[in-house]
Amino acid sequence: MAGTVTSRLSAKAVVRAKPVSEPRAVKWLLIGIAFVFLALIVLLPLLTVFIEGMKRGWDVYISALTDPDAVSALKLTLLVAVIAVPLNAVFGVAAAWLVTKFSFRGKNLLVTLIDLPFSVSPVIAGFIFLLLFGAQGYLGPWLDEHNLQIVFATPGIVLATMFVTFPFVARELIPLMQAQGTQEEEAAATLGAKGLRIFWNVTLPNIKWALLYGIVLCNARAMGEFGAVSVVSGHIRGETNTLPLHVEILYNEYQFSASFAVASLLMMLALVTLGAKSLVEWKTAQRNKETLEG
Amino acid sequence: MKGCSSMTKKKLRTLPLLLLSASLAFTLTACGSGNNSKNGNAASGNAGGAANAAANDGGAKAEPKGPVELLNVSYDPTRELYVAYNAAFAKYWKDKTGQEVTVKQSHGGSGKQSLSVIGGLKADVVTLALGYDIDAIAEKGLINKDWSSKYEDNSAPYTSTIVFLVRKGNPKGIKDWNDLVKPGVEVITPNPKTSGGARWNYLAAWGYASKQDGGDEAKTKDFMKQLFKNVPVLDSGARGATTTFTERGIGDVLLAWENEAFLSQKELGDKFEIVYPSISVLAEPPVAVVDKVVDQKGTREVAEEYLKYLYSDEGQKIAADNFYRPINKSIAEQYKDKFKELDLLQIDKDFGGWAEAQKKHFADGGTFDEIYTPGSK
Repeated sequence: MAGTVTSRLSAKAVVRAKPVSEPRAVKWLLIGIAFVFLALIVLLPLLTVFIEGMKRGWDVYISALTDPDAVSALKLTLLVAVIAVPLNAVFGVAAAWLVTKFSFRGKNLLVTLIDLPFSVSPVIAGFIFLLLFGAQGYLGPWLDEHNLQIVFATPGIVLATMFVTFPFVARELIPLMQAQGTQEEEAAATLGAKGLRIFWNVTLPNIKWALLYGIVLCNARAMGEFGAVSVVSGHIRGETNTLPLHVEILYNEYQFSASFAVASLLMMLALVTLGAKSLVEWKTAQRNKETLEG
Repeated sequence: MKGCSSMTKKKLRTLPLLLLSASLAFTLTACGSGNNSKNGNAASGNAGGAANAAANDGGAKAEPKGPVELLNVSYDPTRELYVAYNAAFAKYWKDKTGQEVTVKQSHGGSGKQSLSVIGGLKADVVTLALGYDIDAIAEKGLINKDWSSKYEDNSAPYTSTIVFLVRKGNPKGIKDWNDLVKPGVEVITPNPKTSGGARWNYLAAWGYASKQDGGDEAKTKDFMKQLFKNVPVLDSGARGATTTFTERGIGDVLLAWENEAFLSQKELGDKFEIVYPSISVLAEPPVAVVDKVVDQKGTREVAEEYLKYLYSDEGQKIAADNFYRPINKSIAEQYKDKFKELDLLQIDKDFGGWAEAQKKHFADGGTFDEIYTPGSK
């Protein structure tokens, strides 16, 4: 059946003109439009950040980045990413596994819940934690009694970031794992493999690249998050300011060059993430090719 | 899934559970460690406090105490003032007691900052734009109700007023409040619900209109309605409004703190001019120690001194250098040329105090809600 369909299609294809039959001019025009658009919308603003950052010279640029407040903001941003991203990766894998390999009642509800942080505005996400852990919030009095500080301190920032970046890994894995089905795991199980062995030897290799891709996206968002973090941060300089908040503060203090310098640092972090992402994509493409050829 | 035997199902089921519990354990330890460090801080703060008390009881100041940290939660335009003042105070305190003190700063719209402190931001001192925002914190029991009598002049160590900042050459010819309601004039002011400066702006405009109309409130409301029709954007804090006007180039006139207007002139050159209206308002940004927090952290002594030193000659000079009007007469005399004499309305005399002004104008259903409809042109 499959064979006949393919042969009929290819027979038609011979008669049909080449799929890309536009004249050269049209092709180049389209490519040109894409490039001009990208240059205007993406490259130009990014370049401006670097140019503005360098405007008052290298010294100002360096001193903006080595300022104690900037260093502490960078440290906090990295710390938050280091805590939030691995946790979300573990959560994401667990959730995706649960959703795709099992059928149970309330599954759709769970999937909706996983997506919830995407549909909630980050500011609201911040307020949720303020309502829960703030001094006037539900858990506030208890926390205060035990001298625990969640909001306006690092734990609150980590929680808000985790909330906002939660869906990235799961969302990346679920479609892939759904497409892969459960046959390979079942085969492994019939051959006598136990749960963890199945995961390490069968499931994980299958989802490796999608997982990495999800982690990269999650990381990018975790380092760049502004809204939710702004609500729970309390804006204490040198203590609860992340890099994006520090950029805003500098801008509001008329230190425009310094502000753009720090922004360029944030962008370099993003570029590293982007590089990692491209690498992952390239590897995935290669792997797909291998499977197709093999 | 249907073809799956019950045996394999069982095997597959264990793993997600394992992962879930592992990740849960992770979270708990992560939160725990964050809290521990906080506890550590608090504990050392308490220890410092105990040491302070012991030193005082003994009447001896020989032993230098461990470093202490204060958090000053302030409103928007005081950023530069407190950077300078914190350095001066750290030096003064070190000379006096031998103790290192670091003062951390947090800035934002006055009302918003007040809410953050109520919400659990551990401020040792608050230095806000107006008394009502400190009253709101006192209302929740964090500050003693009599805070305003704790320091001289209603606990306001410096004053300021509201002026107009216009673009160079004053192209729209703005001289006084009545020029702001003319069609085609765009006025920039922050949101009175969140910004202290904006509330002073509002009261100054109200006071002017009320005087012009001989106290006819309907007419005054008309004037305010007209005025806010000319406001294209309401930022949440004074600094946001200033950058909207100076950096983004929106609007013809910015209603600003005098200090904020001077500062943008200093930072951004002579692209702007200050216009003094015929009448404005005496703004008294007050300060207070957050009693509950300093007692918890054991920082009362240094926090109280921190605010008291604002009244010293050096503190007053730093305020004046950062364009706040000093309340000390002899220091004010030295800076006489800088600050123009103005006809100033007073909150207690002309508006019945902040509690009443807040209720009448800025609470839900107050005059501001009545005259302002977002997006109306």
